[in-house]
Amino acid sequence: MAYNNNRVSKWLISGPPLLYLILFFAIPTLIMAFAAFRFPGDYGGLLPLVGTNDAGATALLVNSENWRDYLTLENFGRFFDDPIYIELFVKSFWYAGITTLSCLVLAYPLAWLIARSPKKYRDLLVLLVILPFWSNFLIRVYAWMIILGPQGYLARAANGVLALFGVGPVQILFSHFAVIVVLVYVHLPFMVLPLYANLEKHDMNLLDAAQDLGANTWQRFWRITWPLSLPGVFAGAALVFIPALGMFAVPDLVGGTDGFMIGNLIKQQFLDSRDWPFGSVLSIMLTLAVLLLAAIAGWLGRGGKRDAL
Amino acid sequence: MALLEIRDVVKTFGDFTAVNHVSLAVEAGEFFTLLGPSGCGKTTLLRMLAGFEAPDSGEIILDGRNMANVPPEKRPVHTVFQNYAIFPHMTVAQNIAFPLKMAGVPEPELKARVEEALEDVRLQTFAKRFPHEMSGGQRQRVAIARALVNRPRVLLLDEPLSALDAKLREQMQIELITLQKEVGVTFVYVTHDQGEALALSHRIAVMNKGQVEQLDVPEAIYSYPKSRFVADFIGQCNLLDATVREIGSDRMKIEIAGVGMAEALPVEGASVGKTGALSLRPEKIKLGVTLPSDDPDEVHFKGRVHDCLYLGDVTIYIIELDNGMLVETMLPNSDPGKAKFFDDNDAVELAWRFDAGHFLPA
Repeated sequence: MAYNNNRVSKWLISGPPLLYLILFFAIPTLIMAFAAFRFPGDYGGLLPLVGTNDAGATALLVNSENWRDYLTLENFGRFFDDPIYIELFVKSFWYAGITTLSCLVLAYPLAWLIARSPKKYRDLLVLLVILPFWSNFLIRVYAWMIILGPQGYLARAANGVLALFGVGPVQILFSHFAVIVVLVYVHLPFMVLPLYANLEKHDMNLLDAAQDLGANTWQRFWRITWPLSLPGVFAGAALVFIPALGMFAVPDLVGGTDGFMIGNLIKQQFLDSRDWPFGSVLSIMLTLAVLLLAAIAGWLGRGGKRDAL
Repeated sequence: MALLEIRDVVKTFGDFTAVNHVSLAVEAGEFFTLLGPSGCGKTTLLRMLAGFEAPDSGEIILDGRNMANVPPEKRPVHTVFQNYAIFPHMTVAQNIAFPLKMAGVPEPELKARVEEALEDVRLQTFAKRFPHEMSGGQRQRVAIARALVNRPRVLLLDEPLSALDAKLREQMQIELITLQKEVGVTFVYVTHDQGEALALSHRIAVMNKGQVEQLDVPEAIYSYPKSRFVADFIGQCNLLDATVREIGSDRMKIEIAGVGMAEALPVEGASVGKTGALSLRPEKIKLGVTLPSDDPDEVHFKGRVHDCLYLGDVTIYIIELDNGMLVETMLPNSDPGKAKFFDDNDAVELAWRFDAGHFLPA
């Protein structure tokens, strides 16, 4: 009986979230994957598979003879035929990569400082890191539009300096640069938090031991702190890279025509062009690309360990 | 000249004086122990030897070289830390190779020396294991091998056995002695465990409140403690309040409060009328139903068994003297027919040679 009760309570606990994920994640993903093989409807959406047949009854329209009118690989063909889509993918990965790297470079020292500060201040410092979340995301991006805008101090100072050399003026807002700056700003806390959680747990004795055994500051960092912080680095990188890759609001607002990313294209297909099948193709290709990247990273990670002396 | 010299070293943390004018010298090849209760300054002294703390004043001379301003990574000194501090992301072999890599030892030689170090601590088959796959005793050995692999001038050990269980600790003590003899490296060992210190060391410095109370070979520390603190801290010891009554050339007469006169060895600092305590180890006291009382070299008293503590190999008898004073004695349970010799309330006589005790002037 005890065994049975245990099993019941296990299902009671894991059931609701599992159901939630099936209903709102797994099934929609499958619907979207299926949509990638269908035709767009006359007025957007998808060409219906169910409708009124010749006899006037509601029935399945697709059958073994006419399925080619309803299912197609054409959407995928379109993706691969025009290099512009692959180029946009590469560009988006590039943006997300630069963003992740910049976040890492900025967040690492910050997380390290917080982790090394007196215990009583740490919670306060972590709170300060997440404080920006208290104001609306769009407001923060609009604030950046002012900072980067042609009348902002940044642009005026930069152009003032450039003018001395007879160059310029340059536009900062509506550029690659603006998109990356704001992407970094928006995602920085997602890098700081997992790094901090990792660095805070490091045993300081290990650094003492390394120093005692002859390691200088640089060697102590690269041989002890850095390898031990890799789980935090990977967690932070995933939390920054994946949302940055799919971001459409930031490039929409500060990117202009230069900053267009894959997220913008997907949004355009679903909302403006109302071409759901092609939007689905783009989404699926994006998901596959991220999975492929994760697999490569995992494979490289394991390979590194096998090199052990 | 001694290998390691500590000259009048002082270290304070705010109001607290951790190390108070300590001077001592450690010879090459010695197993030297700093022994004392927690907070006595032994660990601070060790950290100054390693270079993690700088003395406020005084000097540390290693191999004729002043260690002031020499950072830990540049000192020919390695430490075995209390919690081992094994690098969790490296295999055993990588851990042991670490100091060699830092010293720039080339690959083929490095491999050979790691092999050798693994052999020294009998971990050859564990080279590719990660620390989390090993037991406490094995990790301890990794820490020792890693600290010894590039032959430091001095190996510092900070309570290295305190995290192990009693049985393993004893085994590791034997291994440490053997290893130290084999490699010939000077060990400076910090512990609060007096048994460990007595068993392992060539010499012991007993520390209390930042100062060295007594520095000597283990036998002398145990048999002739120079202060009440040392007598009390090392092993079991009876401290009987006494007053000096007469001082002769090779012995003196003292009066044990409320019990009677006894003879003892004259000691420095004793003068007629001086009060102090007679320190007397339990195992130095003879115990019997009747004991001959005519030996002029023996001190003789009567008492009654107050309590017995049966420990298997020995029994501790707490004897109450006529005036109510309690004296701890110990007899090995050497009679095959009997578990122990006396029971509670048995009338007994006790005696000790005049030179078994040791008068400590207050």
